[in-house]
Amino acid sequence: MDVFSNFGPAVIFMVVLGGALAALIALALRKLHVHEDPRIEQVEEMLPHANCGACGYPGCRAFAEATVKGEALPSRCTVNTAEANQDIADFLGVSMGQQEKIVARLACQGGKHVARMRARYEGVPTCRAAVMAGGGGKACAWGCLGLGDCDRACDFDAIHMNEFGLPVVDEDKCVACNDCVVACPLDLFSLQPVSHKLWVACKSLAEGDQALAECEVACTGCARCAADAPEGLIQIIDNLAVIDYSKNHLATPIAIERCPTGAIVWIEDQQVRKGAAAKKIVRKSPLPITPT
Amino acid sequence: MTPLLPNLAHRLRPTFSHGVHPEENKHYTADKPITRFPFPPELVLLLSQHAGKPSVPLVKPGQEVVRGEPIARADGFMSVPLHAPATGVVKRIDLVPTAKGPRKPALILQVHPGESQEILYGAPRDVEAMTPKEIVQAVQDAGLVGLGGAAFPTHVKLSPPPGDTVDTILINGCECEPFLTTDHRLMVEQADDLIRGTRILMKAMGAPRAIIGTEDNKPDAAAALEKALPADGSISVKMVQTKYPQGAEKMLATALVGREIPSGKYPSSVGLGVFNVATVEQMGALLPWRRGVIERVVTVTGPGIAKPGNYLVALGTPLRFILERLGYTGSARYLITGGPMMGDTVSSLDVPITKGCGGFLVLRPEDLERYRVARTYPCIRCGKCVEACPLHLNPCLLGKLAYKGRYEEMEEKHHLLDCFECGSCSFVCPAGIPLVQYFRIAKSQNREAKAKAKAVPA
Repeated sequence: MDVFSNFGPAVIFMVVLGGALAALIALALRKLHVHEDPRIEQVEEMLPHANCGACGYPGCRAFAEATVKGEALPSRCTVNTAEANQDIADFLGVSMGQQEKIVARLACQGGKHVARMRARYEGVPTCRAAVMAGGGGKACAWGCLGLGDCDRACDFDAIHMNEFGLPVVDEDKCVACNDCVVACPLDLFSLQPVSHKLWVACKSLAEGDQALAECEVACTGCARCAADAPEGLIQIIDNLAVIDYSKNHLATPIAIERCPTGAIVWIEDQQVRKGAAAKKIVRKSPLPITPT
Repeated sequence: MTPLLPNLAHRLRPTFSHGVHPEENKHYTADKPITRFPFPPELVLLLSQHAGKPSVPLVKPGQEVVRGEPIARADGFMSVPLHAPATGVVKRIDLVPTAKGPRKPALILQVHPGESQEILYGAPRDVEAMTPKEIVQAVQDAGLVGLGGAAFPTHVKLSPPPGDTVDTILINGCECEPFLTTDHRLMVEQADDLIRGTRILMKAMGAPRAIIGTEDNKPDAAAALEKALPADGSISVKMVQTKYPQGAEKMLATALVGREIPSGKYPSSVGLGVFNVATVEQMGALLPWRRGVIERVVTVTGPGIAKPGNYLVALGTPLRFILERLGYTGSARYLITGGPMMGDTVSSLDVPITKGCGGFLVLRPEDLERYRVARTYPCIRCGKCVEACPLHLNPCLLGKLAYKGRYEEMEEKHHLLDCFECGSCSFVCPAGIPLVQYFRIAKSQNREAKAKAKAVPA
């Protein structure tokens, strides 16, 4: 019985304490309430939850806040479909903004069957490690090493290494999240709107003959594309054709026709087209290692 | 003498804690005097042979230059000029392969056949009468960089941050890298220049004393230096234990004067200046003549080379020329510039000798067979790497984090940036995990991420 005699005061104390704390919390809820736009929550629901950062904001939540505040237009989310972004725009009563499909593109075509190797790389099988160990053994110092850092970095399963050790971007899956651009130690990837159909798939700054000795599909800087294209669209800078995309509306497939190596290509609907003069590559097997 | 006694003497010598002891392999070239190496038909002079901004060419293609003439100027304070190593004609400026991998611009100098080795450029001057400021400028004009391998501009080290006073200069003659003997031969043969250079250094930094540290596997070098020491006792020679990486700045400071250089700080913060023997020797040889660095001693060695030795090679000599001249065995397949622990594997024979390149190592596959692990086994936290790390880092933990790609955590919580990639952890790892390579990936990734974060405005 002694045990229960102490019960009463304890229960009363706990009830009073609970009540006091509850009152404090209720007060704090009123005093410290932060008004948050309920639309943020709803916009976030409409976003893809990829948290990829392609929009430039740290995750979908931050992007939702920015769109509600009017700092960003819904089209900045490249992962959403245009329809979904239109829904967000309608919901917020803002314009969606220009949305053009942007994809990651590789500026190299030098697979194992066309690009020479001058040494064999042994070590951690990542491109970044290979680049630091004497450049990785590829004769061309600018070319893709094919160890797949981009493949591993892609969260959307949009990059796959093909039989020649080159990454192939599945444009349907690519959301332009920028991860492969950051992952590639040679900066071969860049984000391009699909309307950039004319594309120089090479980064070699080597002088013509040497570039050709290193890789059969290298840009030799012969300037035929620059001559054939409308004035000012293509320039040869340091032995490499460079396209001025501010004049992209002038681009036609004519520029690629006389390219002797097929380094400049026309990409339309995921089909890569080389010019008629481009050397035909029939070899499928890798080239042997030839020390230089 | 019983074998115990020298061993005891060795044990009592000062050193740092941890570290490893790889096979020295210095017998190939330790007793070979420095000999001159002929000029190749074409020298390939990289414009960035040093840490910092590349030099800016002063010459145009087609221009004739004489041996010793400046051909490129320094671009700002973190840069040094470049001098023509031979008389000849500048052919062109071209992108050439480098030991690190990426192609960099270089001046191609066609050497006049039958050119003499006489240096026609320069004029004597009185070094004794120069002020410290003039010395710093003269060191930059000479194109001096850390010839031990890092190629950090020497004049920058001579200008410590304001507030730091240097009381002791440490000259690093340890040469802890296996195979290499350039510093050893320099100490034996060029002791006078080395002492002169040390005196210039002491004056420039206002330090009253200097200590030349050398490992106890080079008693002849210590003896040669003892003979050349000045009578006033300001310079001394101290032998330290033969252990890798004894020659690293922080290790040497601990071994010689018992001071610890704090993480992320310069040696001057604890009153020290640390310089490599080859750098100081060149300083003593060049400054009194207003000359620039045009050649350096390179240990060409390894079981794969037919005539190993210590050669005075003109900067810009392609590795191919060295290999062809000295002869190599057919199975020579692994080429390393620098030492085997910290050097770079080269993937092209067109890579030229640069200011920071003190060794050229040629190995055959059979030489590496012993060290090859069939595959990389998982880390079982045996702790061998922890025992080896001279900086008392935890390579095992760092390796695990790197494997998972948690690079930022490595830098923020586990002192990744203190690692100077000496390779001790990879060397001892029984599982064959290439730890240093992981750390280099992590550093490179972090550096790039930071640069990109800076480039994109929030």
